[in-house]
Amino acid sequence: MTESLATKIDPSLLSASPGSDDAEACMDVHNLNLFYGEAQALTDISFQMKKNRVTAFIGPSGCGKSTLLRCFNRMNDLVDSVRVEGEIMLDGKNIYAPDIDVTSLRQSVGMVFQKPNPFPMSIFENVAYGLRLQGINKRRLLEEKVEWALKGSALWEEVKDRLDESALGLSGGQQQRLVIARAIAIEPEILLLDEPASALDPISTLKIEELIYELKSQYTILIVTHNMQQAARVSDETAFMYMGEMIEFGKTNQIFTNPAKKQTEDYITGRYG
Amino acid sequence: MIRQWFKSGTPWIWLNAGAVSIALVAVFGLLLLILFRGMSHFWPADVEAFHYQNDQKAVTIIAEVIESETVPVESLHSIENTHGDEHGNVTRYLVKTGNRDILGSDFRWMYDIDLVKREKPENLMALERIEWGNFYGYLTSVHEKDKEGNEQLIASEDEAWPEFIRRLHLSNDIREQILQLEQGDIGSINYQLERIRLKEKRLQMDDALTDGAAKGIAEKRKQLKLEYDVLLKQTQKLYQQINRDSIKATVMDGSEVTIPLEKIVKAWQPNKMSVPNKLGFYMHTLWSFITDDPREANTEGGIFPAIFGTVMMVILMAILVTPFGVIAAVYLREYAKQGALIRIIRIAVNNLAGVPSIVYGVFGLGFFVYFLGGNIDALFFPEALPAPTFGTPGLMWSSLTLALLTLPVVIVATEEGLSRIPKSLREGSLGLGATKAETLWRVVLPMASPAIMTGLILAVARAAGEVAPLMLVGVVKLAPSLPLDGNFPFMHLDRKFMHLGFHIYDVGFQSPNVEAARPLVYATSFLLVVVIVTLNLTAINLRNRLREKYRALDG
Repeated sequence: MTESLATKIDPSLLSASPGSDDAEACMDVHNLNLFYGEAQALTDISFQMKKNRVTAFIGPSGCGKSTLLRCFNRMNDLVDSVRVEGEIMLDGKNIYAPDIDVTSLRQSVGMVFQKPNPFPMSIFENVAYGLRLQGINKRRLLEEKVEWALKGSALWEEVKDRLDESALGLSGGQQQRLVIARAIAIEPEILLLDEPASALDPISTLKIEELIYELKSQYTILIVTHNMQQAARVSDETAFMYMGEMIEFGKTNQIFTNPAKKQTEDYITGRYG
Repeated sequence: MIRQWFKSGTPWIWLNAGAVSIALVAVFGLLLLILFRGMSHFWPADVEAFHYQNDQKAVTIIAEVIESETVPVESLHSIENTHGDEHGNVTRYLVKTGNRDILGSDFRWMYDIDLVKREKPENLMALERIEWGNFYGYLTSVHEKDKEGNEQLIASEDEAWPEFIRRLHLSNDIREQILQLEQGDIGSINYQLERIRLKEKRLQMDDALTDGAAKGIAEKRKQLKLEYDVLLKQTQKLYQQINRDSIKATVMDGSEVTIPLEKIVKAWQPNKMSVPNKLGFYMHTLWSFITDDPREANTEGGIFPAIFGTVMMVILMAILVTPFGVIAAVYLREYAKQGALIRIIRIAVNNLAGVPSIVYGVFGLGFFVYFLGGNIDALFFPEALPAPTFGTPGLMWSSLTLALLTLPVVIVATEEGLSRIPKSLREGSLGLGATKAETLWRVVLPMASPAIMTGLILAVARAAGEVAPLMLVGVVKLAPSLPLDGNFPFMHLDRKFMHLGFHIYDVGFQSPNVEAARPLVYATSFLLVVVIVTLNLTAINLRNRLREKYRALDG
């Protein structure tokens, strides 16, 4: 059916994801509902995120992908009128339980935003920010971890000689990789990527996608994207969302070649969205 | 054609440019005016001898010409029997004759009626003295008191002047030493004695004065008294030395006077000085204006204590207002629930900026000085009572009152700065597991620091010029000592201090010698402007550096 898409996907990637059935669950979402005041933004979302896999959310603008993403590290708490019902289980605990420490949650669930937002400090200090928050202040240790994080986000070679320069002097793609380094420096379990490459040029986008593929072995990744090809290239499992509901969730392979719901098929083939 | 011109916006541009030009001309004109009138005071002007001769007598007046104007004869009621020159006018001169001890006043008006000759005698000497203002006359001879106390002639005629200058330098040095001993060392001993007395009284009040303690105190007293005796002997010796020399000089009516050298600060021969000499003299006078203490009810001498007091108070105020203002702004914008109550608070804060400053002075007096100060005295300094320590106007309360006055400015500027910080940065920090407080401290406030500096600059500019509230809460005409000195605890927040703005008011309106005071008013005004501009430029420089560091994210 969707032959054109299938040819764009690297076949080795498709077969490389081993039987994802035996990957363990990482985050379990049960009947998640989210309200902005009276208006309902997310309706009855339930699915399972697998460990060390990349899960992508696709869907038209305004369908609630980013809102759902921000539920996982409770960034929606910053909006006054938000009300959340349902559960998100991480390691057996509901992250919306009242006794949860939100800051340590956010240290386990890192986030990268759409537009790169490095702090107006040096590159070193940017990456070390999260580490310093955790109380690590010894210069030697920080240097090690910063180097490790920058290598992990494929930025080390480009910045190793100018770690003390301002982060604002980097290009857009470099800034985004810096932000990723900043996020992985504190070694979270899960990485939430909110349209990480949408503000970047194609070469940088490619670099980011390669990075995601590498990071997959260490982290569980959740990516929101409006670029379907990107979702097809990068993710193991995909969820299609529409108007606050999760219409379909399944293996990327299957969603893009043989979707179960008509709405999904319509979206993928470009009939709307 | 005209309509086209209007439409293109050109008249509007001209209007704007005109307004800016007027503003600039006004500001610079003002500065130049006070600069000229103030700074010309220090230039060593020529001193002239006016020779009058009419049928009855011949009179010579020696004086420095300050002003001259031409007036019609009819307006002079006190002059009879004269028709003036061909236009029916006379010229009159405002001159400074000096010699207030002999003549009764420094300045007088003189007319050109019966004026025979005006000349500038080369040997004319001008002296700046410790009391009675300037002296003008001719140097006759230099004398020295020998061991028995008899006057010996040392030099006269041509040798007199160089000898006089040499001895004057020596006597000035000795005066410096005496000052250092009296104010510095002896002052320190007096201060320590006072502290011991207070400590003793404190112990007595608490019924804790044991024999051991009493003995210790008596010991300390004795030791201090010994030190005092030594210093006293030193100063007495110095006094003897400085009293040794004197000069004799002839004044304008021909009589001779004796002036002891210890009363003379500076001596010069104005008509003999070349322009580079005068320039050097000018610089030197300017320097002593800035660094010396005032004399003769603030109409002579320097204004250093006023400069010091102003700067000290402004710095203290800046230290007080910044944390208050920043914390209040952070609370208003970051933590408080945005509702009706917050809007009311914000309106109240903004209105605080409109309250007249004298009202702040009254508030400061009533609340800070009497209530807070009184309670502090009762709690911490009961041994000094009934003499108040903090229950009286002083440096601390002045700075606090002005900090309150400039608080709204800092709050508004900080809030403005905080609102400019993009949400994405805050989210980025929170996403890494920072609490709101950590985000504020590590990311937001550093980025808002240029705005905070702006608030501080505005606060400093406003506070440095306020005089009215200070008159009530801590400024005096003449302060016996600086608020910062070598005695523990080094910074004396309970002391009264001098202030440039108040000094201008005092010298201009409260001084007994109006003519002498006028150029000083201009000079002090100019200096006040210079001090404020310096403070502002320092702060602006700092802010520019911060701006570079925290350049906002582009794109």
